[in-house]
Amino acid sequence: MAQEYLEFEKPIADLEKKIEELTLFTSNGDINLEEEILKLHKKSDQLRAEIYSRITPWQKAQISRHPNRPYTLDYIEAMMTDFVEMHGDRAFADDPAIVSGMAKLDGMPLTVIGHQKGRTTKEKIFRNFGMPNPEGYRKALRVMRFAERFRKPLLTFIDTPGAYPGIGAEERGQGESIARNLSVMSQLKTPILTVVIGEGGSGGALALGVADRILMLEHSTYSVISPEGCAAILWNNGAKASEAAELLKITAQDLFQMKVVDEVVEEPIGGAHRDPRRAAELLKEAVVRNLAEIRNVPFDDLLKQRYEKLRRIGMFDEI
Amino acid sequence: MAWFKKERPEKLSSETPAKKVKIPEGLWVKCDNCKEIIYRKEVEKNFKVCPKCDYHFRITASERLPYLVDEGSFFEVEDGLSPRDALGFKDYKEKLKSSRKKTGLKDAIISGEAKIGGCPVQLVVMDFNFMGGSMGSVVGEKIARAVERAIDKKTPFISVASSGGARMQEGILSLMQMAKTSAATARLAEAGLPFISILTDPTFGGVTASFAMLGDLILAEPKCLIGFAGPRVIEQTIKQQLPAGFQRAEFLMEHGMIDMIVSRKDLHATLARILEFFTTE
Repeated sequence: MAQEYLEFEKPIADLEKKIEELTLFTSNGDINLEEEILKLHKKSDQLRAEIYSRITPWQKAQISRHPNRPYTLDYIEAMMTDFVEMHGDRAFADDPAIVSGMAKLDGMPLTVIGHQKGRTTKEKIFRNFGMPNPEGYRKALRVMRFAERFRKPLLTFIDTPGAYPGIGAEERGQGESIARNLSVMSQLKTPILTVVIGEGGSGGALALGVADRILMLEHSTYSVISPEGCAAILWNNGAKASEAAELLKITAQDLFQMKVVDEVVEEPIGGAHRDPRRAAELLKEAVVRNLAEIRNVPFDDLLKQRYEKLRRIGMFDEI
Repeated sequence: MAWFKKERPEKLSSETPAKKVKIPEGLWVKCDNCKEIIYRKEVEKNFKVCPKCDYHFRITASERLPYLVDEGSFFEVEDGLSPRDALGFKDYKEKLKSSRKKTGLKDAIISGEAKIGGCPVQLVVMDFNFMGGSMGSVVGEKIARAVERAIDKKTPFISVASSGGARMQEGILSLMQMAKTSAATARLAEAGLPFISILTDPTFGGVTASFAMLGDLILAEPKCLIGFAGPRVIEQTIKQQLPAGFQRAEFLMEHGMIDMIVSRKDLHATLARILEFFTTE
């Protein structure tokens, strides 16, 4: 897959192009530029670390949607074995915007559900850009109940711009399908771990995200509304998204501070898209550790803690 | 200069309720739906429903109470909760102040205990006039507490929704109120107690995608708009005009999303009849 660069990554892109040219030159055998190349590599690493150490919320939003960023199936592939995909809601259709099934994590069986985006244009359309319809959420619901019935932990991956706003989606009860998942997940008698791997787009994201532990990748975002949508409402100008991104507090770090998420999982320098394999390793460590902590909690305690955690979220004054 | 003035196409019927619905102080009222000019007293006598076209005017939470519960039985609780600008969101404090002034409410919901047909219930009623009935921390908390009260006192829980969705100004905290309210109603179901959800004009976004669609029974007022995504968002996404009647209560009824459409004047009697089912041994 070709590396794509975001606007603010351009200096890195320029440097990497130069390295590539020099490498090509050297491989022709004319002159030895190895020392020069090594220097440039170092410089590029430094530059990347520097750029990524001071990214703005809006840049984070862009990284969270980066076209090279690993998606749910990439993480399943890299972290787990024996994945068996489960399809269909048994009522209407199979929604490719959500994938689900059973897999093994270090030999331990678990159920997995996640939003799925596409990489190529064709895939993107097939996956509906990761925007589920009600049947997607109902497929997820089916797999949640499956997890409960067979007493397997549930791991969910969040990565969606939001639930799809379409005529059919409304006809088939988009609102109800999301609400049902929130309700069922809150009472599901099995440990649930959620990871926001990319874009956490509002209710369409939350529908897979009521959990005992919520992790967020370092450069993922989670928000009640997209920065563009917020800017359109506030200033009638979607182009002011970067200001809206600041206001909304959408970064993993913001959510950790507000105690909405439990842990921020480190990404390789330059983001998960620069080194997907390393990103999956880091995530796997966090997932295994967190699952171990919630796996043996008795269900009654687990459900009580899950509820109490939700009950605590919110800020208000009371007299 | 053009010789003939081009007639503007009539606005989509689904768009009309997006406009501000406000009954002016004057003697006469213009119906937002059929545009008829009606004598104001006549509308008020008719449960704030247009006598010509049956359009149910948007009403405040306190205006709704007499149509909902047994006379004089409502006792407000949890009225000490007020919103906080947790994110330091631009202009939120000012918006709260002006909404408070306009409605006399601290936030977009009132919560209390009441009787309907003699049956004690816990009740929340949303008010669209307060920042579009949006759900933030206070709304979510008051709903969760009302549900917990119902579990404690073993009464049914009734909600009246009227909301544009989650409150943007409280960011992720608003989104999480969807999970909080849904988890609360799930506990009510576990406790074997009924939840009756009443949808009014309009009910959208995070409210539709949480507690409002989780009622054991879901009732809606005639012609009210109910949906997940707003009609404008859908139109922009699919680049098509929406079919007539889209997202109206009747549309939801046809698609199996709600149990019944009940006129405002029949609501109290209908609720009383439903509640009797649960209270009779």
